[in-house]
Amino acid sequence: MDTGDTAWMLISSALVLFMTPGLALFYGGMVRAKNALGMLLKNYIAMGIVTVTWVAIGYTLAFGPDAGGGWIGNLDYWGLRHVSNVIEGDAGAIHGVAVPDTVIMVFQMMFAIITPALITGAVAERMKFTTWAVFIAIWSIVVYAPMAHWVWSPDGFIFKDIKAVDFAGGTVVHINAGAAALAMVFILGPRLGFRREIIRPHSLPLTLLGAGILWFGWFGFNAGSAFGANGLAANAFVVTQIAAGVAGTVWALMEQVRHGKATTLGFASGAVAGLVAITPASGFVGPGGAVAIGAAAGVICFLALQIKFAFNFDDALDVVAVHLVGGILGSLLVGVFADAELNPASKDGLFFGGGVDQLGRQAAAVGIALVYSFVVTYVLGRILDAVMGLRVAEQDERRGLDLALHEEQSYVLAD
Amino acid sequence: MKMIVAYINPYKLDEIRDALKDAGVSGLSVSNIQGFGRQAGHTETYRGAEYEVDFVPKVRIEVLVDETLAPTVISTIETTARTGSIGDGKIAVLPVEDVIRIRTGERGRDAL
Repeated sequence: MDTGDTAWMLISSALVLFMTPGLALFYGGMVRAKNALGMLLKNYIAMGIVTVTWVAIGYTLAFGPDAGGGWIGNLDYWGLRHVSNVIEGDAGAIHGVAVPDTVIMVFQMMFAIITPALITGAVAERMKFTTWAVFIAIWSIVVYAPMAHWVWSPDGFIFKDIKAVDFAGGTVVHINAGAAALAMVFILGPRLGFRREIIRPHSLPLTLLGAGILWFGWFGFNAGSAFGANGLAANAFVVTQIAAGVAGTVWALMEQVRHGKATTLGFASGAVAGLVAITPASGFVGPGGAVAIGAAAGVICFLALQIKFAFNFDDALDVVAVHLVGGILGSLLVGVFADAELNPASKDGLFFGGGVDQLGRQAAAVGIALVYSFVVTYVLGRILDAVMGLRVAEQDERRGLDLALHEEQSYVLAD
Repeated sequence: MKMIVAYINPYKLDEIRDALKDAGVSGLSVSNIQGFGRQAGHTETYRGAEYEVDFVPKVRIEVLVDETLAPTVISTIETTARTGSIGDGKIAVLPVEDVIRIRTGERGRDAL
């Protein structure tokens, strides 16, 4: 066991967990005051429910021995059976790094938690809490776990056969959540008053605080995905900072040019878009690639905000523009800016003389992730809609989810 | 006794409070409000989506004063709040039947 590596992975796990409260605040500030607690709880509940589903079955489906064809892990590790915190020899028996398997298991758990939480931004201000709770339990097992297996298990078919790379979750986390968000938006329909009433963020300071926590936690997300305290982690750390800084600045610049004023929400959105885009690339590109990816995220995710108005779907907090578009962008740009000298796990990208080989592999993984997540989420959403109902009653939506679903208020007048 | 209610621009509050203290006002109440008058609304932009917002943030000041002090208070607020631009606000003057200081039970002018 390497104590330095293990210490870094324990801290990274905590950093990634902290991103979910950060996300809750990021989104919570963007909804109206009457729905703030509903949003916070839909995020926080993922820390409860997905912990249970991951321990029970999610982990073994994702990282258990392959059940055949690289499609899914078998049930050998259900309930964390055979997942040991003791290392015999140089490396853990399951993950093959000098860190106990239990630590890698819990690090991966934090990714499984935040991924469904990302979808809350699309279903904001109108989805039932009970149906949401059931949804994420099932989704974490039937959508998240298989995709984690395909991309991150050494036996997974995207990893082994397609040979696409995803350092920290461009496909597994961001495209996955973004495509699921799109499917849920189609089933749920728009919020009452969408495009007719003024639906404004109720507390941008909360949103900015959330964005800061996300940025901070993202160092664990990306640099932790090196699975050790090493040069690759250092590279991921540095390019994460560069991409976030460039994307936030570029987004603010786009606003300044197009609307005459930069905004706090714009800078925060840009930074998050940059973090999303660099996620799959953070172990494969250097500082130059990070600048390019950050700038691309700042421009393209900003322009992607208009998609929902063009197609008239109410992706309330822009999960599609930030996570789906950002995830696709970053996953594809690995095939452009990957430097095999930095990390031989990926071939050289287009920019480094590798031609379109890696780009093609990346595009295949993007397509598979997008289609699988969208289709399975759509079917799951339709079934849950028929059985439990996805959407709150109209009067509850007008009253606000905080009082209607939780009998609490964020802001009371006096005590 | 009079109740003087003034709707003013929020950034004028400190100046008005100081001027009213100097004029001999012994207390006032303030609240953040939103409203619209002749002043048009404004535009707010969130992630590129522009919203026309009719209500603008204003501050409401309530001052209870004796009849003799009322003209001074009114003219103080009027001159301090005025910028000459649309949106400077309004002042309303209401008659007051009685005032009670809760702690002591004093009534009328003694309670001011």
